[in-house]
Amino acid sequence: MIMGSAKPLDEILAMIEPYDRIILAGCNGCVTVCRAGGEKEVGIMASALRLARETAGRPLEIREITLERQCDPEYLEGVRPFISDYQALLSIACGAGVQFMAEKYPRTPLLPGINTAFIGVTERQGEWAERCQACGDCVLHLTGGICPVTRCSKSIFHGPCGGSSDGRCEVDKNILCGWQLIIDRLKSLNQMDNYLKLHDMKRWRASRDGGPRSIVREDLQE
Amino acid sequence: MVPCTGRVDEGMLLKSFEKGADGVMVVGCLEGDCHFERGNLRAKARVGRSAAILDAAGVGGARVRMFNLSAGEGNKFAAYANEFVEQIRDLGPSPINRIRRGLPVSPSAAEQEETP
Repeated sequence: MIMGSAKPLDEILAMIEPYDRIILAGCNGCVTVCRAGGEKEVGIMASALRLARETAGRPLEIREITLERQCDPEYLEGVRPFISDYQALLSIACGAGVQFMAEKYPRTPLLPGINTAFIGVTERQGEWAERCQACGDCVLHLTGGICPVTRCSKSIFHGPCGGSSDGRCEVDKNILCGWQLIIDRLKSLNQMDNYLKLHDMKRWRASRDGGPRSIVREDLQE
Repeated sequence: MVPCTGRVDEGMLLKSFEKGADGVMVVGCLEGDCHFERGNLRAKARVGRSAAILDAAGVGGARVRMFNLSAGEGNKFAAYANEFVEQIRDLGPSPINRIRRGLPVSPSAAEQEETP
């Protein structure tokens, strides 16, 4: 899922400085799981902002709401009945949610309350890690289920590079070498022949290189 | 009153200050004695995060604190309560309450001298 973390309170306070009445909108999707933008975080952030603003002598009115998702148009309708009563909307959904909200409500300033970080997994409570860069051309069937684009700091194919040492990456010794992980896994699966296969040129056009991407399924359209 | 301090979260603690508390003490079971195994340890972490938020918001993180004791330690509870009340008296009203009473956010020099 998409992971993020809250922006520092000072940064958010600076963003909302011109406003006295705002909506704070959370999202019940990915950002709830990574404890950055769910219903609980809406309550905590709203209290923190109200306390900070009242202490500064400029009380702030906040309408709190948590939408089922901010990346689907039907759920964004949840703020329509009252959005015109407020001066701005602070969203603690991922960047996709913030932008979709901005598209839907062009007359309301949209402010991001979290920094969207990556597509990843929950390693353990309080620890999340990147696993996918959405390159658009998955090769996990050839690499033992470990992504060379994401797990290798240099996103190289046919690694490891010369910077791999004792299974660690030269970019940061806390990072495991993605290619060492791939080779170890291929060996344990008895699939080292996959490593010897020469990959065709990767289709980076399916990644970000071709600009913003979209998926169109005409069979699903009404 | 909650059945376990594990039920207490940052939202509850911050809301208390919005509602006018000058200080909040969270009293949980002794560490290692939680009937639900980790309830008091979770509360401890949440109290820590709340203190950081209160610092960032200008209210002051020293106004929230966790204490641990067993249900049979009435005297210790009274001692902890008195200790915390004294700590909050020393700090004075929270900045929120000062503003609501029309006082400057920080105590004046004269006010500080009056504080015992």
